[in-house]
Amino acid sequence: MKFLRDTWLVYQRQMLLVWRTPARLVIGFVQPIAYLVLFAPLLKQALAPTGAQTYADAYRIYVPGLLVVLVLLSGFFAGFGLLAELRSGVIERSRVTPVNRVALILGRAFSEVTTLMGQAVVITLVALPFGLTVHIGWLLLAYVMLALMALMACALSYAMAMLIPSPAALGPLINSVSQPLSLLSGVLLPLTLAPGWLVTIAEWNPIYWTTNGTRALFTGNPGDSAVWIGMIVVVALAALTVTWATRMFARQVR
Amino acid sequence: MIEVKGLRKSFTLGKRRKTRTVEAVRGVDLSVAEGEIFGFLGPNGAGKTTTARILCTLLDPDDGDAVIAGADLRKDPAGVRARVGYVPQGGTTTDEVTAREELVLQARMHGIHKAEAVERTEKALAAFELTEFADRQCRTYSGGQRRRVDIAMGIIHEPKVLFLDEPTTGLDPQSRAHLWDEVRRLRDGGMTVFLTTHYLEEADALCDRIAIIDHGEIVALGTPTELKHGVAGDVVTVGLNGAAPRAAELLDGRDYVRKLEIAPEGLRLYVDDGTTAMPQIMRALDGGEITFDTVELHRPSLDDVFLIKTGRSLRDK
Ligand SMILES: Nc1ncnc2c1ncn2[C@@H]1O[C@H](COP(=O)(O)OP(=O)(O)OP(=O)(O)O)[C@@H](O)[C@H]1O
Ligand SMILES: [Mg+2]
Repeated sequence: MKFLRDTWLVYQRQMLLVWRTPARLVIGFVQPIAYLVLFAPLLKQALAPTGAQTYADAYRIYVPGLLVVLVLLSGFFAGFGLLAELRSGVIERSRVTPVNRVALILGRAFSEVTTLMGQAVVITLVALPFGLTVHIGWLLLAYVMLALMALMACALSYAMAMLIPSPAALGPLINSVSQPLSLLSGVLLPLTLAPGWLVTIAEWNPIYWTTNGTRALFTGNPGDSAVWIGMIVVVALAALTVTWATRMFARQVR
Repeated sequence: MIEVKGLRKSFTLGKRRKTRTVEAVRGVDLSVAEGEIFGFLGPNGAGKTTTARILCTLLDPDDGDAVIAGADLRKDPAGVRARVGYVPQGGTTTDEVTAREELVLQARMHGIHKAEAVERTEKALAAFELTEFADRQCRTYSGGQRRRVDIAMGIIHEPKVLFLDEPTTGLDPQSRAHLWDEVRRLRDGGMTVFLTTHYLEEADALCDRIAIIDHGEIVALGTPTELKHGVAGDVVTVGLNGAAPRAAELLDGRDYVRKLEIAPEGLRLYVDDGTTAMPQIMRALDGGEITFDTVELHRPSLDDVFLIKTGRSLRDK
């Protein structure tokens, strides 16, 4: 009970901060929406080999990839925010209270996830007039998968920030993890276009499965094996990274 | 209220082979009584913040023990947290949040339920004269206002002991005086205050007792008056026109004069307490029909104390 209450407290405060800094929110939208609008004319042709005949088809393939990129890359930046807060003494102040240590980090992670999911919803809505059509039930399931991916990215980023508590060194580390993960997952273009060896490598990348799963849900193939594999993978990864991050955090801040 | 024995903490800097150990706190013993303002005075890097953070459970000591408001630092850190308030150096107010929001949240972090948190916030806002701008974002506050929000957050759960790390650094003299009044008010309300500072005036004017810390060690401990008298006593300088030898003869051996010497401007007398010795000296000179031009009293400052204990001055750096 106390744990839930404390998490809720921290979450509320972080959401308040998000709400009070709309500039950050807006910047978060601008890039994906620019991608959406500027890539639109290219999409149909580019995705034709994957079987996309209409703009609607193209968007069903492209939008989920864009959302995966958004939650992963933005989520990976959460560690910088945590470092800033550790430095500013805000977390230190909370530590001299009986507030639950895990709540301090989970509340923060959940607020990041909420923001990212808010952005994901807006991007989906913006894509609708371009011809995106998607079944609402599968869309909600895809959102669950995206939220878990966002949670995983945040937690991983927090853990890395605890490991290397210097913003200058954290940047390259995060890049070196996030680049291959996203490149080798076919987020922007499905890897069906890729040579066989690349696909073989990608199959070892968990994000490949979650991306394919999300995409399958958007394209209305919930029966696709990528959906349940992706779901299992992302649940496991989220659990693993959250455990790691909370352990690191609890050790650092006690 | 605070009992500290043999507290030690060192930090290891650098990587692998090139490590360097900084002994931040090297065996600190102190005891702070209930309801006093205890000052921790020392230059940059002396170990003030480190000590305060250890006592607030933020850092594990390498060695030593402490009991704070009855809670053992090692065995019952949660008990310590419930009984202390901590205001970090530099403050922790967040730009985008209002004072009221900060205070309610801080109270709730302490497990106080909502209605009560709101009530306490109202009281704290009034006590620290913050009500007027309680609903403005902290970014719009002056340095002094921010610092008052910080302290209000530190006491929202009514702790027995309040730790203030350099509470007035960077404040203008007026805000500083205002903050001193707030701290005195807290003490008068029964709270024990442990504050760190590198301002001599602050230690002198505000603190009931002080410990001077340098390189992680306490070099002097006592009330400001005790410390100042302990090193030198007061100096009374009498300006005399050539009558110094006669005056010296007259005053030598009086029980209020510890030592005297003839100086270029006249006579220099070392006394225990200048305020009582001065009229006695003047009366004696009058009685001996010696005319004098000026009488000056110099009381040693805490800087003199620091200088004598460490060979360095706190002031000119
Ligand atoms: N986390 C840390 N890692 C490494 N060294 C540290 C750490 N914290 C403090 N130190 C070192 O310990 C010593 C004491 O630092 P401390 O912050 O306690 O000083 P201070 O008296 O508060 O000084 P100031 O007046 O500048 O605040 C310094 O030499 C400092 O460099
Ligand atoms: Mg300090």
